[in-house]
Amino acid sequence: MIRPGATRSTLLAISLVFSAGATASWNNPYPASEAKANILYSAFRERPKTFDPARAYSSNEYLFIAQIYEPPFQYHYLKRPYTLVPLTAVSVPTPGYLDRQGRRLPPNAPAGSIAYSVYEIRIRPGIYYQPHPAFARDAGGRYLYQTLSPQDLAKIYTIGDFPQTGTRELVAADYVYQIKRLAHPKVHSPILSVMNDYIVGIREYADTLKKEYEKIAGGRDTGVYLDLTQFPFAGAEEVDRYTYRVKIRGKYPQLLYWMAMPFFAPMPPEVDRFFSQPGMAEKNLTLDWYPVGSGAYMLTVNNPNRQMVLERNPHYHEELYPAEGEPEDGPAGLLADAGKPMPFIDKVVFSLDKESIPRWNKFLQGYYDRSAVLPEGFDQAIRFTGEGDTEVSDTMKQKGIRLLTSVAASTYYLGFNMLDPVVGGYTERARKLRQAISIAVDFEEQISIFENGRGIAAQGPLAPGIFGYREGQAGINPYVYDWADGKPRRKPIEYARQLLAQAGYPNGVDPASGKPLSINYETPAIGPERKAQLDWMLKQFSKLGIQLVVRATDYNRFQEKMRKGDAQIYDWGWNADYPDPENFLFLLYGPNKKVGHDGENASNYDNPEFNRLFERMKNMENTPERARIIDQMLDIVRRDSPWIWGMHPKNFLLEHAWMSNTKLHNMANNTLKYSRLDPEKRAELRLAWNRPVVWPVVAVLGVLAASAVPAVLAYRRREREKRR
Amino acid sequence: MIGYIIRRLLYAIPILIGVNLLTFALFFFVNSPDDMARVHLGGKRVTPEAIVKWKEDHGYNIPKFYNDARQGTGKFTDTIFYKHSVKLFMFDFGRSDQGRDIAYDISQRMWPSLAIALPTFLTGLLVYITFAMLIAFFRGTYLDYWGVVVCVVLMSVSTLFYVIGGQFLVSKLWHLVPISGYDIGMESFKFLILPVIVGVVSGIGASTRLYRTFFLEEINKDYVRTARAKGLSELRVLFRHVLKNAMIPILTGVVVVIPLLFTGSLILESFFGIPGLGSYTIDAISSQDFAIVRAMVFLGSVLYIVGLMLTDLSYTLVDPRVRLE
Repeated sequence: MIRPGATRSTLLAISLVFSAGATASWNNPYPASEAKANILYSAFRERPKTFDPARAYSSNEYLFIAQIYEPPFQYHYLKRPYTLVPLTAVSVPTPGYLDRQGRRLPPNAPAGSIAYSVYEIRIRPGIYYQPHPAFARDAGGRYLYQTLSPQDLAKIYTIGDFPQTGTRELVAADYVYQIKRLAHPKVHSPILSVMNDYIVGIREYADTLKKEYEKIAGGRDTGVYLDLTQFPFAGAEEVDRYTYRVKIRGKYPQLLYWMAMPFFAPMPPEVDRFFSQPGMAEKNLTLDWYPVGSGAYMLTVNNPNRQMVLERNPHYHEELYPAEGEPEDGPAGLLADAGKPMPFIDKVVFSLDKESIPRWNKFLQGYYDRSAVLPEGFDQAIRFTGEGDTEVSDTMKQKGIRLLTSVAASTYYLGFNMLDPVVGGYTERARKLRQAISIAVDFEEQISIFENGRGIAAQGPLAPGIFGYREGQAGINPYVYDWADGKPRRKPIEYARQLLAQAGYPNGVDPASGKPLSINYETPAIGPERKAQLDWMLKQFSKLGIQLVVRATDYNRFQEKMRKGDAQIYDWGWNADYPDPENFLFLLYGPNKKVGHDGENASNYDNPEFNRLFERMKNMENTPERARIIDQMLDIVRRDSPWIWGMHPKNFLLEHAWMSNTKLHNMANNTLKYSRLDPEKRAELRLAWNRPVVWPVVAVLGVLAASAVPAVLAYRRREREKRR
Repeated sequence: MIGYIIRRLLYAIPILIGVNLLTFALFFFVNSPDDMARVHLGGKRVTPEAIVKWKEDHGYNIPKFYNDARQGTGKFTDTIFYKHSVKLFMFDFGRSDQGRDIAYDISQRMWPSLAIALPTFLTGLLVYITFAMLIAFFRGTYLDYWGVVVCVVLMSVSTLFYVIGGQFLVSKLWHLVPISGYDIGMESFKFLILPVIVGVVSGIGASTRLYRTFFLEEINKDYVRTARAKGLSELRVLFRHVLKNAMIPILTGVVVVIPLLFTGSLILESFFGIPGLGSYTIDAISSQDFAIVRAMVFLGSVLYIVGLMLTDLSYTLVDPRVRLE
């Protein structure tokens, strides 16, 4: 018999369990205390390699350090085309030009007469660094943690273990120090090779530092501090407390873009000295892992195995949300915060989530505020309108999720090795062969099938938004497209076959062997998920009767083949460093060839006329004259077809209704400070979307209990029978 | 017994040298130091000078096994293999090619691995033995027949299916626990419950079937018949006599994996966002970080050897006839 009291208790327990979800979400991965906090939640897929601003060069590293380090300039958040504006600098400087004798030249001096360009950058006074133990001093003004002994470090495991912190004002010398660090023998800055060509004396400076370092180090790997302030450098000098000067060879307007990247962010010498102390590296206390900046955020939790947390820098200088942008920005609500001090979000939590499915589901549950559109969730999230545009699906709309898109400043292409005797060369035969293949490889179809429409077919090397890129009929590649019905239309395959025949391969047959022309295709696309794409590529070539031999290898082998010029056709891509045509067209500049020069011109394309025009164009301001030269260059490369121009990918970003001020930017990385969110609205929606459903658990337990009953009964029956 | 342990430890030295040698040869057969430098320096603007500098800094600019340019023992000691491997025997794992202290990373990551592996292991053992006992008890009946069929079905399903299915049902549809993530202290409970359940369920089929075989082998022996003849209940027979005697084959498989619990589970950790050691080695292979690969393979070998020794020792505990000499 069941006692009435027990029944009441059971019912009470069940009702409690079933109603528990009314006030809290059980699947919330964050502490309940953060439910209504002004925190942005995001994910990262792999641990960043380094946070050292002189070394970091990947998007997953910039995601963090761009919020922390402040170069002198930044990109305007809302204006297009991309425009540089001051960040810590007072203004974006106009360079002064000097001739070989050091005499001043007028601003309109011809590029050939300019021996040196001098950039004098004045930074704003009153900017302070984030709190950090490297700046901590005692009452007497002596640094607290610059001469640490092994005993002092015994109980130190993270930067947070230092009890005292300090700060100091940002000065021009910090920028000079960082430029010197680019030449440090242990830093391995990836842009040193580029800067060797421009910054005056940096190559010699690197040699000096190497010798001095070896002298000091005496064979030690860590705990060595090379005080760069002791070694003067003609390429970067402090003028006064708030002004510094950078001197480069010739004219190179693109330097300003480089100076908007973290490579040129300030580095206080005492921070470098602090991290160079013996015993620090052994505890992972290095600049690679603990960035120190003056930006809107500072890294307060650095656990690349689990979570990274950025928090508002309490010393952040005043920076106001921009008051002007593109005409559509106002109606889109992007100017609602104009003139308000940034940042708007107090804290940003990045959680390590390697797998895409959990990441996507957490976004749908409201636990990540933004998400890229993943292949697994594309059909669920996106639909195509009748006009071929994309919009969020009804399910997403009901949740208030918005879609933002932009064409990336990137290009993915198929390249021909111009050194190859079959597909390379500059004869009419070779051109026609490449043009025929360019027509046959239908990138519109590739974008539709494999990219879910996330991209546009390229008409040349320049991505949209880059100076020199032309929209409409003027911008099409006339060797591959016709202009019809107001849009580019790929030339028919019959025309490609004619070109192929004129190239000496009627129906794709190589007259020398009497067999189909066979071309090797080098690709780093390995793995079963890429098989469909490779099959598709085979089909494109088979349209011309050409036999494509896919030689898929890992990325290292692929790079090696490219360096040796051991390829016929290959696929590769390029993400722009800065929004200037020079950063795309240099990929086809002869002296930048991969073979023999180890440059980025993987096709080893070397057309003297193109080279001559490139040398003229690269140092020019964005003038109609420059646009005209770019047109000529594009015409040359389209005719020569060293690449099948491929596609420019489109970025898709989904964000929840509680987010605002988001505008995709292909160049700026320091965009977190502009973002705003409504924590109250988020908390309310999360609760509504994540009410626990308990009955299945009760049902499963019930079924398990019920299935145990026959077993118990059978056991008892057996035992009874045994006793008899 | 002490002599036995010392002998086994001495045997372990050539095994570990062999493992190191093999790891080294396999790794450098696939990757050259130049490849490693390129991966670490990034995809853009990597110059030959930068590669040379990186190799110098990381000690990959000398010959792999034999340095002809040196004299005497230097021919062997001034090589990549010697410089990067000898310290391992002192458990000095050194620094990763990215510059992080490997021992520190291992010490940080082994606890989350243990947090999943230990409860999964213990709960699993309990569940598998119970189910196997139950099926063995009903041997020859429909319950036994269908139990084995269900076990075969369960063991035929990929672990990935259990992971994704578990996340879909429990986290996405029913909103009972977070889909992925990790925290420390009591907060970790809500993150661990689903991976532990998935870990246990995914192992039910294979383990239950295996243990059932062990139990059935024992259940027909004379001592079991004697126990029944004495009038003992079937539960007593199973748990007092059969289980104890079936422990030797069970221990063979179980004790050996105990030390390896530290090294975690790749799939569970990756999908549930647990920052353990499971994905540490795989990440290192994909980023061509030889220092981590070498350290993790060495650690895995040491733990495996320890596991085998523990297995031998455990025999003496469950079977008094076994003597280690």
